[in-house]
This record gives sequence, structure tokens and C-alpha cells, in this order.
Amino acid sequence: MRKYTPKDNVQGKAYYTDRYHVVPSVPTFDVATDEVFSKHLAAIEAVVEVKSAKIMLGQMIVEINHEDNFKAIETLKNECDYAILSEMSAVDYLAKDGNFEVFYQLHNLKDVKRMRLVMRIEQGLAVESVVPLYKSANFAEREMFDMFGIVSNNHPFMKRILMPDDWEGYPLLKTYPLHGDEFASWYEVDKIFGKDAREAIGPEIRDQAQIDRYDTKRFSRVGYEVPFGADISEGETETPIEYSKTLLVDYTKKSGKQLDKRK
Amino acid sequence: MAQHQVNYASTAGLPVALTTVDHLVNWGRSNSLWPLTYGLACCAIEMMASGASRYDFDRMGTIFRASPRQSDVMILAGTLSKKHSEFARRLYDQMTEPKWVISMGSCANTGGMFNTYATVQGVDRIIPVDIYLPGCAPRPETLQYALMMLQKKIRRESANMKNNKKQDLRLI
Repeated sequence: MRKYTPKDNVQGKAYYTDRYHVVPSVPTFDVATDEVFSKHLAAIEAVVEVKSAKIMLGQMIVEINHEDNFKAIETLKNECDYAILSEMSAVDYLAKDGNFEVFYQLHNLKDVKRMRLVMRIEQGLAVESVVPLYKSANFAEREMFDMFGIVSNNHPFMKRILMPDDWEGYPLLKTYPLHGDEFASWYEVDKIFGKDAREAIGPEIRDQAQIDRYDTKRFSRVGYEVPFGADISEGETETPIEYSKTLLVDYTKKSGKQLDKRK
Repeated sequence: MAQHQVNYASTAGLPVALTTVDHLVNWGRSNSLWPLTYGLACCAIEMMASGASRYDFDRMGTIFRASPRQSDVMILAGTLSKKHSEFARRLYDQMTEPKWVISMGSCANTGGMFNTYATVQGVDRIIPVDIYLPGCAPRPETLQYALMMLQKKIRRESANMKNNKKQDLRLI
């Protein structure tokens, strides 16, 4: 199993470096190059402060302050015909920049345009819910809370959606270990049997290739089976493989009526 | 069915068959194993195929029941997430004794490919398992074989479940 390393600064250094590797880059265009997007950007700029705006891969990306999200999206929906909120969630940039990026992916069916509204938010702060504008934000905001711990204010039902309600920790943070923390690794044992059962049940076996040759409670060898829990440090005797005499039908024996001729 | 006919010649003309209580009870138990209709993930598709006409579990007396209170066998078919583990254990507790458990597939046996925070790493952490069935997903024939192995195990047990200690049982 790969050794566990702290993931706090995992974004600080590359996992794999290739000296001939060229980082792929996407060309960026000015918003003024697209007539429709310019109109939409002007509509947002009229109501909120826009920090940056650009066009990449045919989509406009607008960055705003996180306090203005409801006002900006309301304008985009009502004045710019962005009828669908395709997706919204957050990205963990805590190690790199010390904040989250919350994004809203919007779709305009009338002009056939897609745009993304992004905003940076510090850990511990809440965003304003956009559920009054888009129903699809209901589950998306709950998932964002479940995975990152970012609360949405004025959400109708701010509750975890994927993990159990009594779960501790936010699994999509970069600092959350993939195999789970102390709480996660004992969750089902603590909940069903109580903390006292931890010793009897034992920790999770995360190495799936682990085989203990002398552990006869968990493992056995075909042809060398011994009783449950027997001591085999001295070696074990060979047991011939036993085939069932009752379950399998011996077709060589002519026991019943033979149907070898057509009627 | 000729093999089950009473041979009147061997019993001095009497319609009598001699057996033990253990054998008689276990004959009944092993030939009417009713599993719980309980699928967790993709293994459940194979379990459904096993129950359908081509592989035909019914011919072994294995009929899926929709209630844990009518079931003898729990087939844990698929990935057990930590969120669901509580409910799986509750269903197991609702089954009446005697009861047996088949852990079907890699995910139920060890967590399988889901080596993550959200998956139970082997259902034997919460439920005692009788038969571990490897495969991803096991084919219906494999599930049939596991069920036949379970029948074989039951036939070797004592009819009084209190006498069945794990270390006393012969190996299958």
C-alpha cells in the first residue's frame, strides 16, 4: 500500500513531472469579441462589481465578489435568458490561495450560450442560496455543504445529502484522507455495536493483498485445510479435496429411464 | 424422483424410513432456503438472473422473500456503504433464527475496489458471514455453487443451533 502523506500542500508540488511535458493551455479571448456575451456582461456590470471577465472554450467566465452572487444570477436569469443552472459546486483552493472557488454553470437556450459565474470565498463564510431562482440548486447546494462545509443561507433544507447526517468531516476537502479519518474508519462499528466493540472487531484491513499464512481464522489453503483457528506453525497435513457424493448426479450410472429414441 | 421412493424390500415390507432428527430437520432447512430480496449493487443483477428462469433457483427450493421475517438467508449482493451498514444490520437482526449469510462479490467480502472512506471494508465487520463468494460480479453459476455449499454446511450442522460452534464444524 502506498504510504500515506499529508495532503495539506498537495497542490504545492506536482505529483509527476516530465521535463518534456508542456502544460496545455487554452486560448483566452476578450469578452468584446463576442457580441452576445458583451451584452450579458454589461447587464451584470450594471448591478454588481465584476472582478474579471474572459472567454475560454466558447464560454464566458465572470468573477464577482461572493456577496453579490444572488443579485448577479437574478440579473442573468431575468434579463439575459440564462434559464438553466446546469451545475454548481465548489473547488478547494485552500492550500494554494486560502479559499474556495464557488462556481455556477449557466445555460442560455435562447442564444445557445453557456457561461460560468465564479467567486472566491473564505472557509467558514456562507453563500446566499439561489434556490428561489433555480430549483436545481437545491440538491447542488446541499452537496456543496456535504462535501466542502460551505453553508448556503436561506436554503429551504440545509442538510447533508450523500453522507450520513451524523458524519463528521467534509470528504471532498484536499485535507481529507481518501481512506477516511479516525471517525470514518470506525463509523459503522461505533454506530451498530458501540465503541466498546472496537477491540473485538479490529481495525479495517486496507491492504487487499494481505495474506497471513498462519492465520487459520481468516485464511486457508486448498488441499491443506485445517480446523478453524488451528495452530499450523508446525506445518499442516494434506487433506484430499472432497467431492460431494449427494449433490452431484452420476450420469454414467444407468439409474432411470433412458430416452435415447424419439417417439 | 425414483431415488426417493421407499424400497419396501429393504424395510421388511414396511413403509418406514429410518433417519435421525438432525438429518430430517436439516433436510428441510437446506432444501427450503429462502433468501431475502436484498440487492445492494451490480451483484444484485446476477442474483436476479440466478432467480430467473434460466438458472432457476426455485428448483433448489430457494425462493426470494420480500420480508426479513420470512427469510433464512441474507445474500449481501454488492457494495455496502457506511451509511447503509446500519440498515443492513437491522434487516439481519429482524430475520428469525436459524439464519445464514452469503457475502456475494468482492465488495461485500473486502470492500473490493472501493478502498475509500465511505465503504464498509468487508461485511463481516458488522454481520457474521457463512459463505464468502468471490468474483466481480460472480456469475449466477457461482452463486448457485455458493448456495449448494451452504446447503452442504447446513446438512452437517446440528439441528439444535445452540450446539453449532464455529470451531466444531467440519470444513466444507
